[in-house]
Amino acid sequence: MTVTIGLLLPDVLGTYSDAGNATILAQRLRWRGIPAEIRTITAHDVPPATCEVYLLGGGEDTAQQFAAEWLRGHDQLRQAMETSAMTLAVCAGLQLLGRSLRDASGHDYPGLGLLDIATAPGRRRAVGEVVSTCTLPGVGSLTGFENHRGVTALGPGVAPLGRVTAGIGNGTHRTEGVLTDRIVGTYLHGPVLARNPALADHILHKVTGCPLPPLDLPDQSALRSNYLR
Amino acid sequence: MVVRTHGVDPAPHVGLRTRAAVRAGLATAALSRRLGLGAGSIIGGRVTLALDRQALRRLAAGRRVMLVSGTNGKTTTSHLLAAAVRTAGRVAHNAGGSNMPDGAVAALAEAPDTEYAVIEVDELHLAAVAGAVDPTVVVLLNLTRDQLDRATEVGAIAANLRQALALHPSTVVVANADDPRVVWAAGTATRPVWVAAGASWLGDATTCPSCGATLTFTDTGWDCACGLTRPVQDWWIDDGKACTHDTVLPLEIRLPGQVNLGNAVMALAAACAAGVEGGPAAAALRQVEVVAGRYAVVRHGAQDLRLLLAKNPAGWAGMLSMVTEPRPLLVIINAREADGRDTSWLWDVPFEQFTSRQVVASGERAADLGVRLSYAGLEHQTVPDPLAALAALPAGKVDVVANYTAFHQLRRRLSREAVR
Repeated sequence: MTVTIGLLLPDVLGTYSDAGNATILAQRLRWRGIPAEIRTITAHDVPPATCEVYLLGGGEDTAQQFAAEWLRGHDQLRQAMETSAMTLAVCAGLQLLGRSLRDASGHDYPGLGLLDIATAPGRRRAVGEVVSTCTLPGVGSLTGFENHRGVTALGPGVAPLGRVTAGIGNGTHRTEGVLTDRIVGTYLHGPVLARNPALADHILHKVTGCPLPPLDLPDQSALRSNYLR
Repeated sequence: MVVRTHGVDPAPHVGLRTRAAVRAGLATAALSRRLGLGAGSIIGGRVTLALDRQALRRLAAGRRVMLVSGTNGKTTTSHLLAAAVRTAGRVAHNAGGSNMPDGAVAALAEAPDTEYAVIEVDELHLAAVAGAVDPTVVVLLNLTRDQLDRATEVGAIAANLRQALALHPSTVVVANADDPRVVWAAGTATRPVWVAAGASWLGDATTCPSCGATLTFTDTGWDCACGLTRPVQDWWIDDGKACTHDTVLPLEIRLPGQVNLGNAVMALAAACAAGVEGGPAAAALRQVEVVAGRYAVVRHGAQDLRLLLAKNPAGWAGMLSMVTEPRPLLVIINAREADGRDTSWLWDVPFEQFTSRQVVASGERAADLGVRLSYAGLEHQTVPDPLAALAALPAGKVDVVANYTAFHQLRRRLSREAVR
């Protein structure tokens, strides 16, 4: 089976280089002998509902509003994210999957409603390194770079991806990101999967259902110890 | 220690307060140079500004000031423009690339009685500097992402420039017609000159800066449903020559790459907008060969190092046409404040195309780069210290690409070594 990774709207939500997450997932599969394909889905395309993984990245405010409208206009994509695929959503992408988003002028507009979260602008921008303890067993510390003004409130029963030990994250109750069975949401750039290969393998394990042998990537442990020391 | 400023009378036409402030700044700069702390222009300019907040306005008064801004190519274009304008008169220029207000003050203070000033300005400071100097010409090269942590998102920068340019109705704005964000920012200019200077990377230009919809790109331009469209060009490049509707001028530059032809035509258009005669200005572009150490070939033991600076995805895209020969490649990446702390941008550089060469990852963020190279399928070595990294490469020609602080650190260490 070839795993298809749908990179959604890199033309609109590509500001923070989160497209790298697609490369990382594809390479980690190929290095283990599993064929992988990246499908780039731009604003001019009709998104396929058949991808095993969907990726959404961060972007600027006007781009985010455009992306929200685009996502709401493709119901089959929403269904795939809800019922069949794994989704990694970063920053603006995370906010878009929630119930509502508030823009700088105080106007609320709807997100895709896949997550019971709501985002509003905070007092000041959160910019800098973040470290959190991942709520997934065995993943350990997550490292990444945040750059956003969103404060994201999680609804009752919504689990965070991590507990913040340095940095801001969601800006509510020291939580960072969101974790459901099908969605990994985070404010972490870097890209997040480059810095946290265990999180990449969590997604890939959910997709393939098979055990994934460890990969020994040069520089990986040096990178992590630079940011986690 | 006594520091003398070589008897320069700083800016004879300005008032006593500014003159005293300038003298203090020049003395500080000289001290900084003597102590080996650097070129001294930043600290010197800071001292002058601290003593006289109006120093920039006063030092610029009576000169024809030309500001060069944008994300990439500021230093190179300002060198090309300064060479072109020197054919018409004396020029003050912040040649070292200190592009904050303090660098502008230092350049004007060090050359106090020139007719012209060519000042490279960081895009975040263009509004403030333009407000102080009321420029004759503003050159706007391109607007893409750079140092997202320190700056703001590129849309916000464009909006800020758009407001600033509206306040200067007599300024000629020489703007790149191929960059949608530049066109939108320059849309408030009363006297625009549109140059088809090219855009090497449109990763940040896919959505409309005005309305947020996706832009439509064609072979001849771009437009948006909201009405924003590529303007009709006043200058363009055809067959390696700079063209307007009534002139054709040679663009025989020594700097490599298509991106520098674009910079050259921007510089030429700016010089002509300031009244400099086109023929001599075009001929003078040939004088520029090395720009603040960039493009220089430096002998290091048995190696000839070609030093290139690229600090963001667009800068790399523009530089790829300069590194086509499969030479060994040393890439040095730092993430200090002046570089931007976030290294994510490395994932928007197409390192995949360097498979056929020996590559070494170096710098304070060598591990981030090394991980990126592995995922790009590149076998490489990782050696954080740049001089040790050079030792891992063979004799002969080596391409060295570094980002901002890494570039300057390497130059300093190479020159120290050469003295030894």
